[in-house]
Amino acid sequence: MKIANRKIGSASVFGLALGLILFSGVHASAGDSEKVAAKYEINIQDFSFQPMTLNVPVGATVTWTNKDEEPHTVFSSDDMFKSKALDTDEKFSFTFTKAGTYKYFCSVHPKMVATIVVGSSKNKSEPMKTDETEKTN
Amino acid sequence: MPKGNIITENLNKDGIDRRSFLKCMAWAGTGALCVLQGGVLKSFALGDSAIHGMHKMKGELAFVQISDSHIGFNKAANPDVVGTLRQAIAKINALPTPPAFVLHTGDLSQLSKAEQFDTLEQSLKEIHTDKIFYVPGEHDVLDDNGAAYRERFAKGSIGDGWYSFDTGGAHFIGLVNVMNLKAGGLGNLGSQQLEWLEKDVKHLKSSMPIVVFAHIPLWSVYPEWGWGTSDSEQALSYLKRFGSVTVLNGHIHQTMRKVEGNVTFHTAMSTAFPQAAPGMAPTPGPMKVPVEKLRSVLGITDVNFVRGHHTLGITDSTLDTAI
Repeated sequence: MKIANRKIGSASVFGLALGLILFSGVHASAGDSEKVAAKYEINIQDFSFQPMTLNVPVGATVTWTNKDEEPHTVFSSDDMFKSKALDTDEKFSFTFTKAGTYKYFCSVHPKMVATIVVGSSKNKSEPMKTDETEKTN
Repeated sequence: MPKGNIITENLNKDGIDRRSFLKCMAWAGTGALCVLQGGVLKSFALGDSAIHGMHKMKGELAFVQISDSHIGFNKAANPDVVGTLRQAIAKINALPTPPAFVLHTGDLSQLSKAEQFDTLEQSLKEIHTDKIFYVPGEHDVLDDNGAAYRERFAKGSIGDGWYSFDTGGAHFIGLVNVMNLKAGGLGNLGSQQLEWLEKDVKHLKSSMPIVVFAHIPLWSVYPEWGWGTSDSEQALSYLKRFGSVTVLNGHIHQTMRKVEGNVTFHTAMSTAFPQAAPGMAPTPGPMKVPVEKLRSVLGITDVNFVRGHHTLGITDSTLDTAI
């Protein structure tokens, strides 16, 4: 939910920025709106992936950050993506170019399992444009 | 606890009934010595002056287990893991009977880095013993499936690093249960290793005492935190016919024991940092204790084996106690 809010927030800022000086600082950091809209973040914290299920549009780049004192990895169950062992505050990113449901886990602590859903019904059709045109109020 | 508490209920051929054995084991966490002597199990509090006499009289084979040194860890739970490892080494070197060898049950390093393996290896050279045997923890096989670990610590081993050897009249088996872990699963031995194990023990007489050591517990300590091994039951089925099986593990950074038939399961403390008791914290991560308490939750395990008897004497001692 946090991610979704942030994404909508960025899109909103883009839409309103011309008229609102108040948001100018945020607008500057937002930069290219398409890139912002396609970036998602997952925290690895307390021996879990947060959020455990994340819906993203096709083309989204997901970045995992290890917030634990333990090393963790990001391993997809079908070998599509594999991180190295991430120490505290280290990151791993992967860009999802095909729709589908991707299960992954931590190979060091295999009890840690999570899912990325790419191109779900909610954002299947041209997700970028949807973000820019419909959520700008 | 009464000093020199001799247990006199002898219900089986070992001279030890299960209830009394468990009663003795219950003292382990607080620093007790359980020793089999003349077929009678005795328990002593650590620090009891009688222990020195016991050490001299008993035992044809004495060895030490250490575990979970996590060299490279530098967070609040213990910013000086090399320092506490050195204290553990000093404790081993102060034992009345020098250990024939030392078993390190894994997580030598925090991140499988060459310099971390170096520091561990150099530090352990200070131990007054002939040989150190290793099994890997999940922290030792990151990114390279354990290649660097095996090159340094398990030369001549089979598969992912398993092996066995005979010494002092007992058969020792080092197993690897930290590789190829499956999503949602526990520790894992795998079919190749299980096959090897079955063959490895096939030719042994049932009277041969067996000591198995591996990183993740080979019994279900707390599956919710991954503290168990999915195919350990199959491994143990190959050992059922043996009169004495001792299973030594690490991973959970605390002592825990279970006796099941002829099998005694035991986990050792870490030399680096403690972890919470099962379910007593939100996660199994490093547990921060007050600095002055740290040495009371780290330690070593001293194991004594008397030929002809079916139970090994296992003593856990923390870094803050004098042996």
